[in-house]
Amino acid sequence: MSVSPQTLLYLEDVSVSFDGFKAINQLNLYINEGELRCIIGPNGAGKSTMMDIVTGKTRPDSGVVTFADSINLLQLDEPQIARIGIGRKFQKPTVFEALTVFENLEVAVDGDREPAYNWRHSLSDEQRQSIEEVAHTIGLNDQLTTSAQVLSHGQKQWLEIGMLLVQKPKLLLVDEPVAGMTHQEMDKTAELLTSLAGKHTVVVVEHDMDFVRSLNSRVTVLHQGSVLAEGNMADIQSNTDVKRVYLGE
Amino acid sequence: MRSLLQGDRGGQILLTVLAIATVVLPMCNLLLPPDHPWHVSTYQLNLFGKYLCYALLAMSVDLVWGFMGFLSLGHGAFFGLGGYAMGMYLMRQIGDRGVYGNAELPDFMVFLNWDSLPWYWWGFDHFPIALIAVFLVPGLLAFLFGWLAFRSRVNGVYLSIISQAMTYALMLAFFRNEFGFGGNNGLTDFKVILGFPVSAQGTRVALFVASAVSVIAAYLLCRSIVQSRAGRVVVAIRDAEDRARFLGYRVESYQLLVLVISAMLAGLAGALYVPQVGIINPGEFSPLNSIEIVIWVAIGGRASLYGAVIGALLVNFSKSWFTAVIPEYWIFALGALFVLTTLLLPGGLAGIFSKRRVTNV
Repeated sequence: MSVSPQTLLYLEDVSVSFDGFKAINQLNLYINEGELRCIIGPNGAGKSTMMDIVTGKTRPDSGVVTFADSINLLQLDEPQIARIGIGRKFQKPTVFEALTVFENLEVAVDGDREPAYNWRHSLSDEQRQSIEEVAHTIGLNDQLTTSAQVLSHGQKQWLEIGMLLVQKPKLLLVDEPVAGMTHQEMDKTAELLTSLAGKHTVVVVEHDMDFVRSLNSRVTVLHQGSVLAEGNMADIQSNTDVKRVYLGE
Repeated sequence: MRSLLQGDRGGQILLTVLAIATVVLPMCNLLLPPDHPWHVSTYQLNLFGKYLCYALLAMSVDLVWGFMGFLSLGHGAFFGLGGYAMGMYLMRQIGDRGVYGNAELPDFMVFLNWDSLPWYWWGFDHFPIALIAVFLVPGLLAFLFGWLAFRSRVNGVYLSIISQAMTYALMLAFFRNEFGFGGNNGLTDFKVILGFPVSAQGTRVALFVASAVSVIAAYLLCRSIVQSRAGRVVVAIRDAEDRARFLGYRVESYQLLVLVISAMLAGLAGALYVPQVGIINPGEFSPLNSIEIVIWVAIGGRASLYGAVIGALLVNFSKSWFTAVIPEYWIFALGALFVLTTLLLPGGLAGIFSKRRVTNV
């Protein structure tokens, strides 16, 4: 099958099972370049496993996973996948606690990843500038010298998103970005993610329906490892299958 | 050099004190008469030199434990291998001055009725080759160990236990006579180093100076790593290995690099230690020794480098004092010191001095 030129991420017929449990079952998913896509689904629907497969943490039993036209992701490991432009935010905010905000971004910034290089070279002006820009975007520009461990939960979430941004990825996979956030923080996060679409392709996995609604994007519902429904939020909400799965109607 | 120590107040003080000691202590030994109150005896100087080797060893453990999160319970192995490499050179320098007067073979080989030198002893007549082995052998072992462990993503307590098994296995191997390193007795009875009598005053002074200079140089090398961007990646790997991997870092390359450098520093420490104490035996590979190094670092304070140096010096000076005055209580004192530090000073002694990063909460 030929991949249409605007498709950035392409999963077809992907299956994976753990001890006989089919976490992903013949999943087909196509993400277009520049798109903002929300993926929802009940617990155990396979959302995080799908991200694990795309980022190389889990190998599927069968299926095809292609990125940017022709790169076969199944042949690459985690660092290689990160380097071709796929950034991932974990479900639990994961920042480097012993480092400052600036240092966290410094470790993440797009550039050479080899130990010998990083031993000898400090940041280039261009990298420094990109860190400062992103620090502005995530609202932490006043706290560059703050140790990451004293940041609030929401700030850690943003810092992690910032760490994705300085990598300059083509595709951002964002796992539950608003878990544990206040409403105010949620609104800011929605604004941030919406503003990223276009420049980047963003895939958001989220539980919070209000948040998903506020993103106003195309939504894919996963259930038992495959796609149950796809469309805009209004379509999804009126879909009888979705109602059955989510509300038990 | 100034930029290497930027923001490292403890390191600045430590290196200044060390640099002064490197110059002043030998002068107090060589220039002042023995009855002068400021006189430093050759015995004392030799003791300081020995402790500086421990300090270097502690620093190498801090590099992997404090900064990279690998609690090594087997660093004595790298120390021992460096020591044995130096010991082999010193054995070959004995020449025909041994008990059996055999210029071709070390005494223990004559005793075992061996008729020729095993291949792995070839070249150890030459100091440069022995010096290369001092770094290369521990480095290779660390590379092999790290390559196998880090690639399979073994970490935490499992990695610590494997490292302990490694040093234990080496101890058992070195105890065997057939292994060709003197078995139980190890290597001893050294006569000369680089043509100088090994226990002469001048040689002792030179070995002390070499140890002090090595500590200073190793400190600067370690600083050059930890304050570089690579050093921050290493800390990042310690705190969130997966995060670093998904940022595109090949985690195992960083871990390997740091472990190999650390093992080489431990090897150097062993090589400087052996001519100063005059013996190396398989006891150096004992897991207990490796655990003791970890205690020095814990007491001194992790991830500061200078803490490890202070910890090693402090614990060993106390040990000398205790073993001279009340020897039977030393092990309890060490245990108490360790427990109290863990309970009251989780950051070790360095934690008292270092103002942790100012945070504007």
